[in-house]
Amino acid sequence: MTENVSDQAPAEQQEVEELTAMDRVRLARDPNRPATLDYVQELLQNVMELRGDRAFGDDQALIGGLGTFRGRSVVWLGHQGGSNTKENLLRNFGMPRPEGFRKARRLMQHAEKFGLPIITFVDTSGADPGISSEERGQANAIAECLMQMIGTRVPIVCTVIGEGGSGGALAISLGDRLLMLENAIYAVASPEACAAILWKDAGKAPEAAATMRITAADLQRFGIIDELIPEPVPAHEAPRDTIQTVGDRIEAHLDELTALLGSDERPDMQGLLDRRYDKFRVIGAWSEV
Amino acid sequence: MRNFFQRQGKFRPLFRGDERGKDGEKQIPEDLWIKCPKCSELLYSRECERNGRVCPKCGHHFRLSARERIDLLVDEDSFEEWDTGLRTQDPLEFVDGQGPYTEKVEKTRKKTGENESLITGRATINGRPFAIVVAEFSFLGASMGSVWGEKLARAVERATEQGIAVLTINASGGARMHEGLFSLMQMAKTIAAFHRLGERGLPHISLLVDPCYGGVPASYATVADVMLAEPGALIGFAGQRVIEQVTRQKLPEGFQTAEFLLEHGMLDQIVDRNALRDTMTRLSDHYIRRPDSIGTYYPKGLVPDLPTVEAPEEPGQTPVSAEAGEES
Repeated sequence: MTENVSDQAPAEQQEVEELTAMDRVRLARDPNRPATLDYVQELLQNVMELRGDRAFGDDQALIGGLGTFRGRSVVWLGHQGGSNTKENLLRNFGMPRPEGFRKARRLMQHAEKFGLPIITFVDTSGADPGISSEERGQANAIAECLMQMIGTRVPIVCTVIGEGGSGGALAISLGDRLLMLENAIYAVASPEACAAILWKDAGKAPEAAATMRITAADLQRFGIIDELIPEPVPAHEAPRDTIQTVGDRIEAHLDELTALLGSDERPDMQGLLDRRYDKFRVIGAWSEV
Repeated sequence: MRNFFQRQGKFRPLFRGDERGKDGEKQIPEDLWIKCPKCSELLYSRECERNGRVCPKCGHHFRLSARERIDLLVDEDSFEEWDTGLRTQDPLEFVDGQGPYTEKVEKTRKKTGENESLITGRATINGRPFAIVVAEFSFLGASMGSVWGEKLARAVERATEQGIAVLTINASGGARMHEGLFSLMQMAKTIAAFHRLGERGLPHISLLVDPCYGGVPASYATVADVMLAEPGALIGFAGQRVIEQVTRQKLPEGFQTAEFLLEHGMLDQIVDRNALRDTMTRLSDHYIRRPDSIGTYYPKGLVPDLPTVEAPEEPGQTPVSAEAGEES
């Protein structure tokens, strides 16, 4: 099955247009695809990682800190998996435990206190589904993070750079802008899990992937994302170019959001929150009889 | 997640009458007697009904429908339902191994007599007004989709406007996968509405009932001002089968039960179903602005000089209210 991509796409993109949803799932999960730390390294200077949730531990699957992004100090947050077994064990395959979400919440409060914009990089298969995560309140950790994020009084720009997996991805996605790379995916459940539950056969993942409408093009059509960032070639084949393009788009959105705040002395933070509220308030597909 | 749908099977006899055994032999009439799945006692079903479908022997809480919960909880004839005309769309044109999503919804509507998996409205409890939001598990496993999100956002916005508290009674089997990312985004939409409620200083009390998993506890249901749960309810982020598959570990005894959550600091109290009316009344009265306080909450429509509800004698133990039982 082919995906709907804009008709105006240049000829060189022909090949990309033929990709199925499952092809994009594979691209989104490619171990060589640039991940949060690649973006941080490439786009930020004077980076200080800030660690720990001040309650239990430090999660290495959801990381964050301070950095200078094109002249501005920002707080950055992102999921980080590993490209080999050792790294994957350290980073729990990019699946945050409650400490990760609680750290993210703490860093959002930190950003708010000092008036620093937040940029987030979304790339996880989902929140950790382990016994100890449940014991420490995984659901509550995500919920508290969402509640904090929706009310954080600084501009927030989020970008789905790889796999956007369910609640673990949503936890750092409630920004003023949601951008998405062309070959990234964002789904309520993994195609494999969806196939196992609704088709009773995990092997039907490609069908589930197509049916679930998880590509950037689909989500742009639904108005769920604000911008699709094209990948003329898959990100792992041109990592630097992709990262710089993403940086340009984040910068443009941050400029726009800053301009909307008005004067430097009395920035209109309530207006920012109201627009954020409206952005999520309208998402839904219902009718009224 | 699936095991919760299967678990439901155990409770079915409660809702069915005169069934016969495999060989046509007359069984114990199941509308008269039911077996408690926890203590295996044979219970006289009328007695169990009168007790709010709580086992009189061991206190096991049987599942209830959303309407049964509302009937048990609120003042008679006080429930005014909101937004009954909202219907889900099918933005993904979703067809799975079992057929189109739209057909599945239609079938479920006929089977359950409900239009969606969430019922919202306004009611009074001992004269105190609340916005009340109750999940219906028999409707596609109380999965959260677009209608859930819209109904809940409207209910919370109305509560914010009217200055009343919100009680949510939450059960869920997870996201409405047939609605894809629209479903996930309802977590964002509902948390936003609760954020505004909180900014107005209005209380949100959340009661978690069996089973409550996925996006509902991972959004508004676990960030309430007061967290309550029914005894024995299973509550968590990931379902038990998923955890077993991923970790290949045996789950600890009592894992994800309300008692387990209380022990791990995730709940304020476990409340017996028949004590909920009293608990809600005494709890919400604490938040009401008094002449000598600077509280934020004074519900419009609250009748002055409402009788106060006496605290039970034993701390932490609320006596079973006979009145609540009779309302069922």
